[in-house]
Amino acid sequence: MKTILHLRVNGQDHEVYVAVHKTLLEVLREDLNLTGTKHGCELGECGTCTVLVDGEPVLSCLALPIELQGREITTVEGLADGATPHPLQTAFAELGAAQCGYCTPGVLMASKTLLDHNPHPSRDEIKHALAGNLCRCTGYAKIYEAVELASKT
Amino acid sequence: MRSFKYYTATSWEDAVATLGKYKNAQIVAGGSDVLGWIKDELTGPGAPLADVLIDIRTIPNTSYINYDATAGLKLGALTTLTTVAESSDVQKNYPGLATAAVSPASPSIRNVGTIGGNIMQRPRCWYLRGANFPCYKKGGDFCFSVTGENQYHAILQGELCYIVHPSDTAPALISLNATANVMGPNGAKQIPFDQFFIGPRTNVLKETVLEHNEILTEIVVPPPAANTKSVFMKVTQRGVYDFALVSIAVAAQIVNGVWQDGRVVLGGVAPTPYRATDAEAALKGKKIDANVALQAAQDTLVKARPMSQNAYKVDIAKNIIVQAVTSLVS
Repeated sequence: MKTILHLRVNGQDHEVYVAVHKTLLEVLREDLNLTGTKHGCELGECGTCTVLVDGEPVLSCLALPIELQGREITTVEGLADGATPHPLQTAFAELGAAQCGYCTPGVLMASKTLLDHNPHPSRDEIKHALAGNLCRCTGYAKIYEAVELASKT
Repeated sequence: MRSFKYYTATSWEDAVATLGKYKNAQIVAGGSDVLGWIKDELTGPGAPLADVLIDIRTIPNTSYINYDATAGLKLGALTTLTTVAESSDVQKNYPGLATAAVSPASPSIRNVGTIGGNIMQRPRCWYLRGANFPCYKKGGDFCFSVTGENQYHAILQGELCYIVHPSDTAPALISLNATANVMGPNGAKQIPFDQFFIGPRTNVLKETVLEHNEILTEIVVPPPAANTKSVFMKVTQRGVYDFALVSIAVAAQIVNGVWQDGRVVLGGVAPTPYRATDAEAALKGKKIDANVALQAAQDTLVKARPMSQNAYKVDIAKNIIVQAVTSLVS
């Protein structure tokens, strides 16, 4: 069963013709070529596929895009303002807050929601907001520091 | 993921009628459990691989929190766990439920996961969730946990199948004497949550009394009686993405430190949320202190029949009963 979907991703409207059982993650990567969002566990246990729907983090591996028509979907590709990186991206780059980098897109998106709601979070609030984003390299200290740095800029 | 047909329901009646038409249809709300189930390609009489998904998010007015001091709390089944946990009405009047709603999984899953889905989710036993294990729950004739890896399995009321019920909100709702509103082919009906869940001896293929074409639509929690206190606690191995080793929900009316009436419900120990009526009887009319709470814990766990690898849960359950009960008077 295939259908035409109208998706709004990173401020742009897209029309795609896809099977209804494709997840948002698959449609983003395979049909819209937005490969910044990563495949991880595929079962909602790692957080690397985190994208924003109407500004709130959700796991794209467990989301059906057919349900998200008319919603504002934001991926890591939509984080920068043109050629200017988002302050979070700058902070992550400056502090080397990515080791292998595989969790980074999801961490950035969850961090963006946190800073949008709470521009100056405490370390505990950062930990709580990023609790669902696992870093296999266990590089959490740098990640927390980078979010704190971004919150000061 | 396997392909499926996708329907958007326009009303509860429409969803019930569509479920009636397709034997292997599943309803989807947040999707965090049902999509994982489909991806794992689990199948069997008790777990047919869904060939039809009926989306109930398209039904109007299914996500709401209404609180009234005389009518109590009404939660639309599709209210997300995040919304329930952040509701000031829930936090103020039902703190145990607010804590339970913020306990499952991770923030991004609670943003889509619904209170109805948290109650209706299937168990997490790794044999049940493994496509290669034809266990009782999938329609087979064996429980692999009995001779296998059973460190997370039942210590109470296990028979045939030793799953533990995975929900955090279900024990809280039972402790608060909540009721399920259910829509089915013959219209709406009410089922108290302490009669909602069934164990393997009653029907090993499912965990609730609901039939295939019945849907949980609303959760109703009565207004808290005077002097009611409630609490939810959960012991896990990890701080996030973890189901309870043991959880507990307690709601009780306590006057001058004396337990008047109340409920003690354990999660993670039995195939259903476990109402610890022995603990309740031991506490009734008593001035609460650590010794009284310990007696209640011992009266409950004397019935435990741990498996080869999960006797540690008996100790955790005892300790968590003492902690939760005494926290109400501290």
